[in-house]
Formats: sequence, structure tokens, C-alpha cells
Amino acid sequence: MAEAAAPAPRVRPDGILALGGVCLLAVAPPVLEALQADYLLPTLTRMLAYGLAAAALDLVLGYGGLVSFGHSAFLGTGAYVAAALLHHANRGTPVVAWPFVVSGTSEALIILPAAAAVAGILAILIGAISLRTRGVHFIMITLAFAQMVYFLVLAVPEYGGTDGLMLPGPWRVGGFPVQSDAPRYWFAFVLVLLFMLVAQRAIQARYGLALRGARQNERRLLALGYPVFAIRLLAFTLSGACTGVAGALLADVAMFVSPDLLSWQRSGELIIMVVLGGQGTLIGPLIGAFVLLALEEELSAVTEHWMLVLGPILLLCVLLFRRGIWGMVSRAAYSG
Amino acid sequence: MPTGLRRNRQHTLHRFRIWLFLSPNGAPFRSCPMYPTLLLEQTLNGFTLGVMLFLLAAGLTLIFGVMDVINLAHGSLYMAGAFASAAITARTGSFAAGLLAGVVVGAAFALLLELALIRRLYTRAHLDQVLATFAVILIANETVKILFGPQPIFAAPPRSLSGSVELLPGVLYPAYRLAIIAAGLLAALFLWWLIGRTRLGMLIRAGTTHRQMVQALGVNIKALFAIVFAIGGALAGLAGAMAAPILAVQVGMGEQILILAFVVVVIGGLGSVRGAFLAALLVGLTDTMSRALLPWLMRDLLPPAAADQVAANLSSVAVYLLMAVVLALRPRGLFPAHG
Amino acid sequence: MRMTRRSILAATAALPGLWLARPALAQSEVVKIGMITTLSGPGAALGADIRDGFNLAVKHGGGKLGGVAVEVVVADDGLRPENGRAIAERMVRRERVQVLTGIVFSNVLLAVAPVVLPVATYVSANAGPSQLAGEGCHPNYFNVAWQNDNLHEAVGQYLTQRNVRRAFILAPNYPAGRDALTGFKRFYKGEVVAETYTRLDQLDYAAELATIRNASPEAVYIFLPGGLGINFIKQYAAAGLRGRLPLYGPGFSFDQDVLAAVGEDALGCFNSSQWALDLPNSANLTFVETFEREYGRLPSLYASQGFDAANLIGSALAATRGDVSDRAAFAAALKRADFASVRGAFRFGNNNHPIQTIYMREVVRDAKGRIVNRTIGVAFQDHQDAYAAQCRLG
Repeated sequence: MAEAAAPAPRVRPDGILALGGVCLLAVAPPVLEALQADYLLPTLTRMLAYGLAAAALDLVLGYGGLVSFGHSAFLGTGAYVAAALLHHANRGTPVVAWPFVVSGTSEALIILPAAAAVAGILAILIGAISLRTRGVHFIMITLAFAQMVYFLVLAVPEYGGTDGLMLPGPWRVGGFPVQSDAPRYWFAFVLVLLFMLVAQRAIQARYGLALRGARQNERRLLALGYPVFAIRLLAFTLSGACTGVAGALLADVAMFVSPDLLSWQRSGELIIMVVLGGQGTLIGPLIGAFVLLALEEELSAVTEHWMLVLGPILLLCVLLFRRGIWGMVSRAAYSG
Repeated sequence: MPTGLRRNRQHTLHRFRIWLFLSPNGAPFRSCPMYPTLLLEQTLNGFTLGVMLFLLAAGLTLIFGVMDVINLAHGSLYMAGAFASAAITARTGSFAAGLLAGVVVGAAFALLLELALIRRLYTRAHLDQVLATFAVILIANETVKILFGPQPIFAAPPRSLSGSVELLPGVLYPAYRLAIIAAGLLAALFLWWLIGRTRLGMLIRAGTTHRQMVQALGVNIKALFAIVFAIGGALAGLAGAMAAPILAVQVGMGEQILILAFVVVVIGGLGSVRGAFLAALLVGLTDTMSRALLPWLMRDLLPPAAADQVAANLSSVAVYLLMAVVLALRPRGLFPAHG
Repeated sequence: MRMTRRSILAATAALPGLWLARPALAQSEVVKIGMITTLSGPGAALGADIRDGFNLAVKHGGGKLGGVAVEVVVADDGLRPENGRAIAERMVRRERVQVLTGIVFSNVLLAVAPVVLPVATYVSANAGPSQLAGEGCHPNYFNVAWQNDNLHEAVGQYLTQRNVRRAFILAPNYPAGRDALTGFKRFYKGEVVAETYTRLDQLDYAAELATIRNASPEAVYIFLPGGLGINFIKQYAAAGLRGRLPLYGPGFSFDQDVLAAVGEDALGCFNSSQWALDLPNSANLTFVETFEREYGRLPSLYASQGFDAANLIGSALAATRGDVSDRAAFAAALKRADFASVRGAFRFGNNNHPIQTIYMREVVRDAKGRIVNRTIGVAFQDHQDAYAAQCRLG
């Protein structure tokens, strides 16, 4: 934290590395096509979406110091909002018929804000109760609330219950249908980039300082007259809303939503992504998402007992590499 | 159809009255699913689930209270207990031996976990504890799958408890379920004695409320932590062993019940065994009663097909709603241990 | 420190490259068969049985199916639709697999189908969702097991035949559960005393059991997959209802995997299945004997379906001499179902779902003291699913 606040005398190596990574991601579609590996694009888009969710989680987890074990609720809610809007647009039926009519749409520029709004409102409701508690209490309560949302979604027969819901077709962005993998990828990429830039500014601003301050010394901040509860609730809400957007992206990549997105294991995975990549950074969770998903996919192709490999890797990470991948990289960059 | 409607409403009132033990003219209502003997049965059913949850929640809450550790792998201890008891019962033919094995394996596994891993995490953030114990779940599940295969395994019920007991004239209740309730109450009694009447319990209480002070006074805090962890493991193992004859013994059985146990701990107040006990019974009763009562109440309000559906949906979130209400009123749970 | 710094930076840069550099597999004479199945989590036993049954058939052929060398690529979907989809994408796009099979659960299959069916052939060895049997049927989709409703319909039919007048029916509150009870009611003509939906993660059924006892039906029908069924059957016996009130279910609720876990508690229960351990045809006798020798356990319904799926694919490979690229010809060869199914006679209907006999079985203790299913009768002859008419395939 101290390093980040200090004025940078020169261009920092980790900054260059991050920029390089961003450039690499930006040109991924043509490069992969040239390598005849464009089948990887949907996987990369999925990784970007999970990366967005993990980075959003890191706002409360890394910066706010609040271990939310219920972020799958927001991920799934965003995904289901997107799926429901597309589903009803295709059917020509209203999403909500009472007390006012909300009809479906296939326009991503409406779907994404809607996903963010619904997930954000859910975050306000869950946050308002859970944020009154601390530590382990908070972990367990967010977990239980996510479980409750899981069962609620499961109970709506219209959206397929455990079978999940197939999306009728891709969404449109500004009226243009997003049919192939590359535009879909770029769309997700731009969203992630936007999130990173905005979040970076917010964290450097007074608000971000207050959020981090509340994590380090809540009493002092209260004494200084900061509304700590409101600051945290805002962070939780923004985090939930952005996670909802990530969920909508996931729904569009997969053309399918299922309650699995809401399960507590997904919350656990998001946490793993954050810690693996490096908590308290914005790029770390993105790296964590890429690494975890690649690990899962490759390991499950190698052995049926892949969890027996993943488990010890996680343990080692917790015990030995506490700063995560990005934390180590930036430390290595500084020490030289 | 005003008369029909009125009759319907009276019918509903009538049912509510029975529900509240106010059976008019004392006649039992055969058609109504809530006449008093059945109510007694369903209450006992709620208690069975409740005490099982208590056995898990007690360990969780103790471990949290004394060491400030969140242990997601507590469900794995339960699974270990269930598998150990099923395997030993199958080998020896004795349920008692299986029960003992469940308790011993639960405690041993917990001790191993504490010595090898958790010990390094006491000073860490809760986040690290969540992650490390999540990794333990993955490893434990996969190991059990390699040892016992992915198929659920057989766990023999004890022959001596296979029958039913006549509680009241005409009211039969499975003996094994009564045994579960008895075991749970015994465990609760044991904990009450341990915590309230022994030196170890005094240290546990002190550790929960004044951790630094206990350390400063020169108590062997390492040993205390290990013992508390082992007690938690033994209780989880006992729960697993007791559950084996009536629940599927399979990989992943721990996580299913763990989340309910978390709800119990949160409602009861972290660190409070007394709170966990009451909350466990409350959760068990809420769960059972919502499943028993809601379909029947809903049928008065809605057409039968929709009623079953709505009732099933409502009862599946009943426990979580209970938690939300309790927390909205008392954010720290019913009996918070930390002042 | 310098070394560390440089090596960490270098490693970070190299990692994505390594991941990309996974060698693309060369085309060869061997036909690749992609098996996406559930090998972890609560459904793992089912996936393992399908895989083992399938592999047994490949082993019978000495690494070949229908005289064509095959390579079975197995991947675990973990009962997560999203994972199944990612695996399917990898198989059809990266590894150019053209024949797939193995998915256990309908929700995974529904997520995978849109990826697979446009470019490859899918032979379902278990899941048979109605979405793929009716209007959504597909020329490249075959189901060698059953349509999801079939076994439920069979018990409904059997109870009607036996003139059972009052039935209590129960299933989990999810689509397959609701479909199951709808399927049951399609052929059950008696009174349904109560239709109860339970939670998908329910552990304790005491409340329902008390309600059942109080309702005093003539028969109880349950559809509770996997661990749910095990919980229920154990508690049904513990509550003293077994032997007093006959318990019925589809084959899934009383198959070998469940019987191994509940033991005596399942004795005397009835269930429906298109296959049974004791069907006297010669293909089945060989299958049961070799499966037990190979894996040290009795085969289940799922294993029989995996075995049949392999032999069905083998028959089509033989007919097309291993050329799976002409997908229309391959599909036509599959549709002939020209193989010795372990269930006996069997053919495909217009929607590529089976037309078959469905048996009733009773759980008994056999001569060797094992707890197994014994065939006691026939619920349906040549039964076809209810959705076939909506399918526009020829």
C-alpha cells in the first residue's frame, strides 16, 4: 500500500509488465487466428469475465478487508438477469408483469446495466445485514445468503431450475448482433479495461483511501468522522454490481446459465482467484482467474483426481506465497 | 360462493387453532396432518435434525470462540467419522465399535489438521484460513474417493435399535432416532459439564473472552488449542457416525450439512455453545415444521398443484429466512460470546 | 536477488506461451471418442459406471469397436454444465473429436448439445431430456438409454395394471423431479393422495415419512436420485414402513450403486428398468460376467448403458469402415441399431430415442446372499416416449 501511495520516480517495471499484458490481450484474436488456435477465444473470454468478477470481489476483499463468501450470488444474479431478458425478448413475454411491465431485450447496452442494477440492489440488501458484523461472522453470513439466493433461483420453473436456461441467441451491442468469438472477446476486454481504469481512480481517490483506512484502523476512521458503514456498503454494492456484469458476460459466452453459477463453490473459486493472483491489487485477480481456470481445465484433462493436485497447490500458495502471483512479480520488479 | 369461502376460512382458523394446541372439544382430527400426536412426532423429527446439527456446530463454534479460526474443513471431519464408522461396523459387525471409530477418527483427523496446518494459521487473516481449509476439503474428498470409490458405501444400522418405541398409546417412533436425540443431549450435557465445571473448561471460557490474558498468564496455549480442536473433531466424528445409518455415506456429504451448521453457529452467536444448542434445535424445528406444515396450509390458499410448488419453495429457504430475521434483530446472534 | 527477479519475470512471461504451445494432435487412423462424464462430486458413481461399461466393450474388441481402432478421451465435468461446455468446446474444436458420449446429467447435456451437435455426433448413454426428444430432436443426437420420463411412466402403468388405487408420490423440487411425477401420472389412473416436492439438498425425510404414514396410501412412489434416494430408503426402513407399505421407484433409485449402500433396507422394493442383471440373453450373460470379473462389482443400469453405447458406436463404425466424417452416413448407420444390446430387442424411433420393453424388478437377496434386482414382470412392451410425435425427423 505504501509503495502505491509514494510518488513514482521512474516508469516502474511492473507497470511495463502490466501494460505489456494488456497489449497482449488486446491483440489476442488475430494472433490466435494466425496460430490456428482461435478455439481458445471463448475460453479467454470466460477468463476475462471471471477476472472481472474476481477483481470486483477484490474491492471488498483486498481493499476493504471484508471476506465475502457469497459473491456467487451476484455472479449468478447477473447471469440470470441477462438470460431472463434475452429469454423473454425471444418469447415476446414480459419479464415482470406486475406492478409495472418490464419487457425483455437483446440489447447488451440495456442488459448489462440491468444486470448491474439488480445485482447491486441485491448487494445492498445482503450488505445492509451482513456488514453489521465482522470477521468470521461476515464470512458465514454472506455464505448463507448466497445459499438462499441459490435456492430462490432454483425454485423458478420458468428459468429451468437445475436444468439451467439456454439463451435463445447472442445479444446485440448498439443494434449489431455479436455473432462470432472475436467481437465478443473484444467487448469483454473493453469492459474489463474500463473497470480497471475506473477502479484504479476510485482506489487512489479519497474514497479509496477511506476504504483502505477502514480496513486498517476502523476506530480511527470513525473518530475522524468517516461513515465507515456507508463506505463499506458502497464498496460492497459496487463490487456486487460489477460482479453482476461479469455474470452477464459469462451467460453470453456460454449461451447458457445454470444455478451452478450461484453455488458456494463458485464463491470459493472467486476467492481463490483473488488470493492466487494477489489480493489488494487490480491486476492480480485477473491473473488469478486466468491461472486457476487454465489449471482446472488442463488438470482435469490429465487426471480424474485433479483436485488432489489443485488442493496442495492452494495450500502452498496460502502458506508460502502470501502475496500471490502479481504480488511476487511486483516485488521482484522493485527489488532490482 | 360466500358460504364456501366462509367455511374455508373457518377451516383454516380451525387448523391454526390445532396448530396452537387449541384443539376444540379435544377430538382428534384424523384428516388433518397436525393433530397432536403427529405434532409430537414432527417435533421429535425436528429435534433429530437439530441435535445432529448441534454436534457439528458445537465444534465449529468452540474452535471459533477459543482460536478465532474459521474451519471449512469441519464437514470433512464429519465425513471422516461417517466413513470410519461404516467401514469398522462392516468389518467388526458391531455398531458400538463403529461409533467409537468415528469419534476417534474424527478427533485424530482434527488433531492432525491442527498440528500440520491450522497451527500455522492462528495469526493469519481469516481469508487465509478460508482458503487453506477449502484446499483441505478438496484433498479430503479426493482422498476418500480414492480409498472408498465414488459410490456411496453401506453403513449398517444397529440391530438393537432397529425397531420402534411406543411413546404414547398408538404413537410409534423409530428407536434409532430417539438414540440420536439421546446422544446429542448427552453430548450437550458433557459439554456443559466440561465448559462449566472443569479446569479445561475454565481455560476455554477464559480463552473465548480474554484471549491475551490467558496467554499472558502462562497457560500452555498450544496444548489448549489442540485439545479444543480434537474435541470439535470428536463431536463432528460422532455426528458422522450417528448419521451413517440414516444418511448416504458418500464423498461430499460434509459440505451439504456444513452450511446448515454455519447457519446454526451464526444464529446462536459465534463462540457460544449454549447458543449453538438452542439455535440447532430452532433450525431443526423450522426446517421440519416448514416441510410438514406449509404444504397443508398452502392448500387452503392456492390450487393443489401450485400449493405444493409454493410450499416446497418456501420451505427450502425457511431456514435462511430465519437467519436473516434473527440477524436483522440481533446482528451478533442470540448469545454472542465475545462482549 | 537479481536472478530471482529475472527468473520470476521470465517465468511470468513464458507461462501463457506454454499453455498455447500444447501440441495439436495429428489426425490418424484411430477414431477418437470423447467421453464427457461426471467423475467427481455426488454423481461420480454414475459417471464411473458409464465409463467402465464403455471401456469394457472397447476391451472386448481389443482396443477396437466394430473392428476400428478407437481412443476414448475421458474428461470430468464435475456435474457443472459450464465445465461440460468448456470440455466439449475443447474436444470438438481443438482435438477435432467427432463422436461424443458419456454425459450423465440432463443439465450438462443441455449446455453441451448446442456446441456439439452442429459439428459432431452425440450418443447419449444416460441423460434423455425432453428438450432433445420432441421439437428439439436432432439428426446427430442419439439416445441409447431412455427418454427421461420412460421409467417413471412404467411404474405408473404397472400400478394401474395392478389396480393400485391410492398412491403417494414424492420427488425433489427441480425440473427432472417435476417431469418424473408428470411422467408417472401420465399412465397412473388411480388417485394421487399427495404430490410432495422435497428440497434438492434434503437430508432428513422424517417430516415426509410422518405425512406418508398418516395419509395411508396403498403405494409410495419416489424419484430421488443418488444420495437423496439412499437417505430416503434408509429412513423409510428405520421408520418401520418397509414391508408394510410398498415402495416403488424408477430403476435409478434402486440400482446396484444404491443397493450396495442401503443393503437390506431396500429388500422388497419395486422398480422399473429397461435392463436387469438377470435378463437371459447371451449378450447380457457375457456382459455381467466379464464386468464383475474386470471391476470386482456388479454392473449397474448405467454400466449397461455405457456398454450399449460403445457397441452401438461400434456397429456404426463397422458399417462406415471407421469414416465418421460423413456424418449423415454415420447417423444412418447408428439409426439401424445393428448390435446385440444387453437389454435384448431394441430399436430407435423417429426421434432417435429407444422403442423398448421396460421391466419391473424387485429387490431380493439372491442365492449368493447378495442384494440384487430380480425381474418380476413387464410394464411396457415396445414403449416409445411421449415426445416423439413432436419430432420432425423422418
